[in-house]
Amino acid sequence: MEIGKLPASKVVESLRRQSVTHVIALPDSETRHMYDALVREPTIELIPIAREGESICIAAGLWIAGKRPVVMIQNAGLFESGDALRGMGIGVNQPLVMFVGYRGYTRRGDTPDTAAQFLEPYLHLWRVPYYVVEGEDDLDRVPMAFERAARENQPVAVLIGTEYSPG
Amino acid sequence: MIKYEESIPLISELRGNAVAVYTMTQGGAWANVSSRPDLDVGISNGMSKASSLGLGIALGRPDRRVIVLDGDGSLLMNLGSLVTVAGQAPKNFLHFVFDNGMYAVTGGQPVPNMNRIDYRGMALAAGYRSAYEFEDLEDLAMELPRIMAEEGPALVNLKTAPEPAEQGVDQTWESNARMPRQMRNVMAALQSEPPQR
Repeated sequence: MEIGKLPASKVVESLRRQSVTHVIALPDSETRHMYDALVREPTIELIPIAREGESICIAAGLWIAGKRPVVMIQNAGLFESGDALRGMGIGVNQPLVMFVGYRGYTRRGDTPDTAAQFLEPYLHLWRVPYYVVEGEDDLDRVPMAFERAARENQPVAVLIGTEYSPG
Repeated sequence: MIKYEESIPLISELRGNAVAVYTMTQGGAWANVSSRPDLDVGISNGMSKASSLGLGIALGRPDRRVIVLDGDGSLLMNLGSLVTVAGQAPKNFLHFVFDNGMYAVTGGQPVPNMNRIDYRGMALAAGYRSAYEFEDLEDLAMELPRIMAEEGPALVNLKTAPEPAEQGVDQTWESNARMPRQMRNVMAALQSEPPQR
C-alpha cells in the first residue's frame, strides 16, 4: 500500500460504515475525486454549498432532523466558517465530524502556506480535537473521530493531508 | 410598510406544525405569539445563518414545512445561501425576509445600498420556485394562505417599518443557553412526530 494514497472510494466506504446520510461540501483542488465518488454514491446525499460557513449550520439542521451529516471543506474554508463553528458547532454541542482538506501539508512541518501553518494551532485554540489522515492506512481514524464527536458532543475534525485519488 | 406586530401574527396563525427558525428583531415578536415554541429555534449564535439551519431541517424532514424568519441584514451576510437553497429545491421551505433596510438590533444603521435591493428578484434569479414582495398588510393577509400552502422554495420579502433597538443585546449565560436548548426541543418534538409512512 502506497503511503499518501487515499482512494476516494475507501473514504466513501468509511462514511457508509458510519451511516452518514449527507455530505455538505464545497470542492477544492484536492477533493475532485472525492466529489466524483460522492456523486456516484447512492446512499449519501451530497449538498453543494456556495460558501463554507453554511456547511456547519446546514449540518446542525440535519442533525436536529435526525440525520447524520458530515462537512467536507478545505482549511481555508474552515477559517471562513469561524463564527458558524463557534455558534452552531461548539456552542450547541453538535456532534459533527468535519473532513478538512489540509492544504499546504508537507509532513515536515515546514510549509510556506499559511492555511497549513495556522490549521492545527487554530483547532487547538478552539478546542476542536482532530485526527490526521495521510493515506489509506490512516482510515481507522475516521471511526475514532465519529466516536469522539458522539462521546463528547462536539465537532471533531479529520484533516486530510493528501489528495484523494481515483478508485 | 408593514409592522412586525402586524405581519408576525398572520404568519404564526398559518404555521400549523411547521418548524420556525428566526433571527434578530422578528424573533422577539414571534416568541410572543408562537403557538408551538417546541418547534421554534432563534438564532442567537451563528450570525446570519437562519436560512442555512432551516435548509438542513427542511432536507432532513421533507414531510415538515420549515419557515425561516430572516432579516435583510442577516440575509446579506449569507447571500450565497439563496443559491444553496435553490440548488436543493426543498418543497417545504418558506423564507420570509423582514426588509427594514437597517441593522435594527445595533441601533438602526443602514444596510449597504439601503432600500434599493430587490430581494424578491435575487431569490428568483438564484432559482427559488417563487418569490413575492409585500408592503401593504391587506395584500399580505389576502395572499399569505395561498403562499403558505404552495410548494417551495419560496421567498416572501416584507417591506417592514424600521424599529431600531434602543438598547444593545446583552449576552448572558441564559441567552447563550437558549439556542442549544431550543434545538434539542425541536429535535425531541420531531422525533416524537415521525414522518407518516
